[in-house]
Amino acid sequence: MARAFTPKVVTANDLLEGDVIYLTTAGNWTRDLRDAELITDEAEAQLRLLDAQSQPQIAVGAYLADAKAGEQGPEPTHFREDFRRTGPSNYAHGKQEAKLEATADV
Amino acid sequence: MYKYNDFDSAFLAERNRQFRTQVERRIDGALTEDEFKPLRLMNGLYLQLHAYMLRVAIPYGTLNPDQMRALALLAAKWDKGYGHFTTRQNIQYNWPKLKDVPDMLDALAEVNLHAIQTSGNTIRNVTADHFAGAAADEIEDPRPIAELIRQWSTDHPEFQFMGRKFKIAVSGASNDRAVLKAHDLAVKIVKNDDGEIGYQVLVGGGLGRTPMIGKVLNEFVAADDLLPYIESVISVWNQLGRRDNKYKARIKITVHELGLEKIRELTEERFAQVRTTFGGADQALFQDIKRHFAAPEFRTGGTEAFDAAYDSDPVFRAWADTNLAAHKAPGHAIATISIKKHGATPGDATADQMRAMADIAEEFAYGELRISHEQNVILPHVHKNDLPAIHARLKAADLATANIGLISDIIACPGMDYCALATARSIPVAQEIATRFEDLKMEHDIGHLQIKISGCINACGHHHVGHIGILGLDRAGVENYQITLGGDATETAAIGTRTGPGFAYDEIVPAVERIVETYLEQRESAEEEFLQTYRRVGMEPFKAALYPAAEKKVA
Ligand code: HEM
Ligand code: SF4
Repeated sequence: MARAFTPKVVTANDLLEGDVIYLTTAGNWTRDLRDAELITDEAEAQLRLLDAQSQPQIAVGAYLADAKAGEQGPEPTHFREDFRRTGPSNYAHGKQEAKLEATADV
Repeated sequence: MYKYNDFDSAFLAERNRQFRTQVERRIDGALTEDEFKPLRLMNGLYLQLHAYMLRVAIPYGTLNPDQMRALALLAAKWDKGYGHFTTRQNIQYNWPKLKDVPDMLDALAEVNLHAIQTSGNTIRNVTADHFAGAAADEIEDPRPIAELIRQWSTDHPEFQFMGRKFKIAVSGASNDRAVLKAHDLAVKIVKNDDGEIGYQVLVGGGLGRTPMIGKVLNEFVAADDLLPYIESVISVWNQLGRRDNKYKARIKITVHELGLEKIRELTEERFAQVRTTFGGADQALFQDIKRHFAAPEFRTGGTEAFDAAYDSDPVFRAWADTNLAAHKAPGHAIATISIKKHGATPGDATADQMRAMADIAEEFAYGELRISHEQNVILPHVHKNDLPAIHARLKAADLATANIGLISDIIACPGMDYCALATARSIPVAQEIATRFEDLKMEHDIGHLQIKISGCINACGHHHVGHIGILGLDRAGVENYQITLGGDATETAAIGTRTGPGFAYDEIVPAVERIVETYLEQRESAEEEFLQTYRRVGMEPFKAALYPAAEKKVA
């Protein structure tokens, strides 16, 4: 029996910045996993991936990552994706840095 | 220090100009990622988890102050203010932007540095003992050999598309500080009974998926024969090595499958043909290279200032006891600057720290700096009387940690915090172990103990040859750490043995603590080092401490 399809998000690295990006329902890219599209259908996931791969000027190395529905949007199911949406653990760099700056502005 | 000649400088400028165009063409869409990726990798540019990463080569780990300042400039101007020194005598920048990389490479070229990895299946950057040219136990500086091999192998037609990459290390000392036995090929300078200098050649070492300890292929290759001999070894392997399976293509597998005797025999056959094709030009080049590596004129004079500080200042004494090594010149020492402050990321130095080290080297240390595979920085030539002043400057730059060779002097690869290939984190494990033993105030009592951590099976953190090796894995979506004991990276090299099942992230520091407690219980005296105790008592007591429940079940 084929394995049940688990929900996915399309993710990649940004060509210019190198940072992690996700595909949204509208077909744009976001830097916040919570704003990504959670895809629950396997055929749809493949189509969305092809869509991402056809944008080489934005997205590098696009792939489907497992995710699950959370209160504020998709959440990672694996620690690798948890690090990718946050940043490294030895410095507050990466996405967590942007978040710190955003809070400091308020 | 070796000066790149005009050809090298022109070559670098041309490479950088080409890469600038390639980056532009990638950004404007003329190149696809599939086309661009091999080009950027050739220029040391990787795409990691959170950003691009630029890897800059530091040939045989040798830097002058201006080069160190250029590394600082890159960190300050185009990165987040720091750089990461690695076990391959490189520095990595974790946050460059694609558009900035050509400018970074140009800034490096101004001081003859580059990010050309000689990547691909070629002969890679030759690494050397980081105490080369300074150590008291050295027969001869091995770096001219490294440079000779670099010049000979660059663009050598036979060796551009081999079955796999080929890594060479060189040393001229009796103590192995270059992990010779973990390299595809290694050259050790030796003296025979007649007092003649020659080369011991080792082959077949390597870490990674199938770790192997290198074996002596030839005890004594005469000085004139080194290059033809190396060419013969590589040529034999290049023809026989397996190209069907990338995991089996390294020379360690060829040696393992055919046996050392057979490789020796084939090498001798090949050597008989190859030798006649070397007309002595290599020897002329070698003599020329050697002149560039001539040692500085060492100062003379007493060591009163050092002796006084050593007697009166316990902080200085602690640092001198752990961070200094014997120098060949009277009144001198080799000083290792620890880039392993407790709780900090192993190998990370800020731009300010790099500048401070460059200034110290310029003012006090004959303008020489080295990077060790242990991720520390070295002042290879220091007159002892300058050490109190150097120590004060290091303290001011937060670089005076006195822990070389101790449990907090940990090698750790970037792991899952940066590396796209990682299966688990390694940096925070290193940080927590160092902090824990600092809190316990035990590390000087524990003595010489090397912990090495890798975040996946590629073994960039050399875990196989750590006294305590830690390998981070992904077990069903959770980080899990395998421990090995008894690894050794020196002339008595050994691959560590697994203790048993792995440990979860929050169990790994307590597990290391139990290993250390067991060592302290088992050692015969404070002089018996961890590795000696392990070799004497074996794995059992450590296993019993790590897996008490399992032991009971068996009983
Ligand atoms: C973060 C980016 C890095 C990537 C993607 C990477 C990738 C790899 C890969 C794929 C290998 C295995 C090659 C093979 O066995 O054929 C390897 C080997 C190695 N890497 Fe890295 N590495 C990275 C960083 C580092 C760092 C930071 C260090 C030093 C701390 C390092 C030191 C080494 C060493 C010493 C080996 C050779 C192990 C052996 O003898 O087989 N690498 N690396
Ligand atoms: S050992 Fe693995 S995780 Fe660590 S740097 Fe090498 S490839 Fe990355």
